[in-house]
Amino acid sequence: MTVLTGNGGAAGNGGAAGNGGAGVAGQRRRFELPAAGLEDLHRALVSAGYQVIGPRVTGDAITLGELTSASELPFGWGVSLSPGGYRLRKRDDAAAFGHSAGPGSWKQFLHPPREQLWSATRGTDGLAVGPGAVQEPRKLAFLGVRPCDLRAIQVLDRVLRGAAGRDCAYSRRRAAVFIIVVNCTEPGETCFCASMATGPESGPGYDLLMTELTAGPDHSFVIEAGSPGGQEILTRLPVRPADPGVTERADTAVAGAADRMGRSMQTDGLPGMLAASRHAQRWEDVASRCLTCGNCTMACPTCFCTTVEDVTDLSGEHAERWQNWSSCFELDFSYLHGGPVRSSGVSRYRQWLTHKLGTWHDQFGSSGCVGCGRCIVWCPVGIDLTEEVAALWAERNAAGGPTAGSEGPERGERG
Amino acid sequence: MTGFRYPVSYRVSSRQEETHDTVTITLEPAGEPIAAFRPGQFTMLYSFGVGEIPISVSGPPGVPTLTHTIRAVGAVSAALCAAQPGQVIGVRGPFGTSWDHAEAAANRDLLLVAGGIGLAPLRPALLEALAQPGRYRRIIMLAGARSAAELVFAAEYGRWRERGAEVAITVDKADASWPGQVGVVTQLIGRAHLDPARTTALICGPEVMMRITARTLTAAGLPPASIWISLERNMQCGTAECGHCQLGPLLLCRDGPVVNFGLAEPLLTVREL
Repeated sequence: MTVLTGNGGAAGNGGAAGNGGAGVAGQRRRFELPAAGLEDLHRALVSAGYQVIGPRVTGDAITLGELTSASELPFGWGVSLSPGGYRLRKRDDAAAFGHSAGPGSWKQFLHPPREQLWSATRGTDGLAVGPGAVQEPRKLAFLGVRPCDLRAIQVLDRVLRGAAGRDCAYSRRRAAVFIIVVNCTEPGETCFCASMATGPESGPGYDLLMTELTAGPDHSFVIEAGSPGGQEILTRLPVRPADPGVTERADTAVAGAADRMGRSMQTDGLPGMLAASRHAQRWEDVASRCLTCGNCTMACPTCFCTTVEDVTDLSGEHAERWQNWSSCFELDFSYLHGGPVRSSGVSRYRQWLTHKLGTWHDQFGSSGCVGCGRCIVWCPVGIDLTEEVAALWAERNAAGGPTAGSEGPERGERG
Repeated sequence: MTGFRYPVSYRVSSRQEETHDTVTITLEPAGEPIAAFRPGQFTMLYSFGVGEIPISVSGPPGVPTLTHTIRAVGAVSAALCAAQPGQVIGVRGPFGTSWDHAEAAANRDLLLVAGGIGLAPLRPALLEALAQPGRYRRIIMLAGARSAAELVFAAEYGRWRERGAEVAITVDKADASWPGQVGVVTQLIGRAHLDPARTTALICGPEVMMRITARTLTAAGLPPASIWISLERNMQCGTAECGHCQLGPLLLCRDGPVVNFGLAEPLLTVREL
């Protein structure tokens, strides 16, 4: 088993973080870090100039925010997940990363909910337009990125760094991020990363990769570098070369997680099936339950849509443009002189699901879904994406085959 | 690239009222210009403090000025229509695909079919074709509008004919003072005596008009691959990042607005896609 060949797709697009775990071709240099060494890791990151962002318990959830110490990690906390349900639970062990995705995602740091795009003043020679109050991006260290969420970051990279690799605020923020992935050893009830080939073992793109071990005699981590920056941090940690027995335990724990996914999805041929299912009955069924609230799009780690807002000051001589997160569930999202193109809830749910799992491939060369399950958990009425896809498959198969068109020839479909 | 993320300044150099709600403005660069556009592409026009909207370029390519024909249907378009000579407008672009597929149509018959203000994005292609005598065997412009008062560029039809185009105009409704054709634009197709095997068609107008026109053309024997239409959706970024302009697999600011009918047809038959 090797990390380098574990995942294809969006991997390799990770930019600053380099591409994988091998120091020497084909050979992984893996070390063991005692759990107490997390504090050394935090200190090394801070002294390298990073603000450390990671999971911690806030209120009744595990959310992402600044960690002033590794002791703020949610040691001993797990979560119980269900459609429309999220509860913290005490674990039997002291695992720091024994929980699956919470309501937040790394998107909120890389692609902030509200951002100024530019400001302008009107002068006699024209408009003076500039980046406004934009500051140099902070150096952020993301501690405890799950493999599915690493893939989500790489999906965002494809969309927001753009085909031309343009200089933009997202690119600058992204280049200043250091990524520490923790392999998944305990998927949640709503997880399906194994179906989406995004986990539980991480693909390349991290600076450091860890696997948490709690079952053995000691609470420790197997750790390896995936970039020169990761290597540099690694040299400052109290590590020792990992014994084969330890790495084997780590690999077994990660491999076993693939068999304990709470959900699954049939992805083979999925974009083609969805392109052929634009008139499916199931859309009416799900739309009758959907509140079109947009929670799924806010919780989703890859939903990137935004709306701009133009504002002026009272003098009218100074204007600004702001970008806000938006959702395809909003009526105004598709507004075109006179009214919305997608006025029904049926059309808006169909747009979200078919974009995420189908047409994203056409637009950006990968699926938009990483199998994290957030949209299932944070849907107030518990709509389960995997259940909807299974129903669409069943309806399509009953109609004569995966891509048998009910409305004439379909183009632009894949798979 | 200049004018890609930040609007650059252009100054209104002339303003022409086309109809009661439609204005053509010509813009000249007040500083560094945006990159050269190709016929069919659009820009994002910014009215200071009001907002920004996508507008197709309606003037000829290859000149430093940018001409746009704008119908006042909302706050931003109304502000742009009201812009007077000397006023500064912000411009980003050019964005999207062009009619350049017609380039492959040399020595063929170039058919342009316009509905209402849909004539605006076709005009640069027509002017470019007219500037290259002998490039096409025929240049045919079929244009329709709801009434004679809603025809845009009406003063130019005579000049287009003089320069070699076959121009036919129709209006949906007319009073006795209208000497020309009455009816929808598809009725002009039969009288154009098209040679389907050597015709390339560019269509722009309301979506239903484009669908019916394209189907009339395919029924007349044109392969869908020879038919191109210009599609419109909500657009905010122009750079394929905001997500608003999706039509199935297409991001119309990047994969459009000019799209082959063979690709577009199955998408246009789905309600609220």
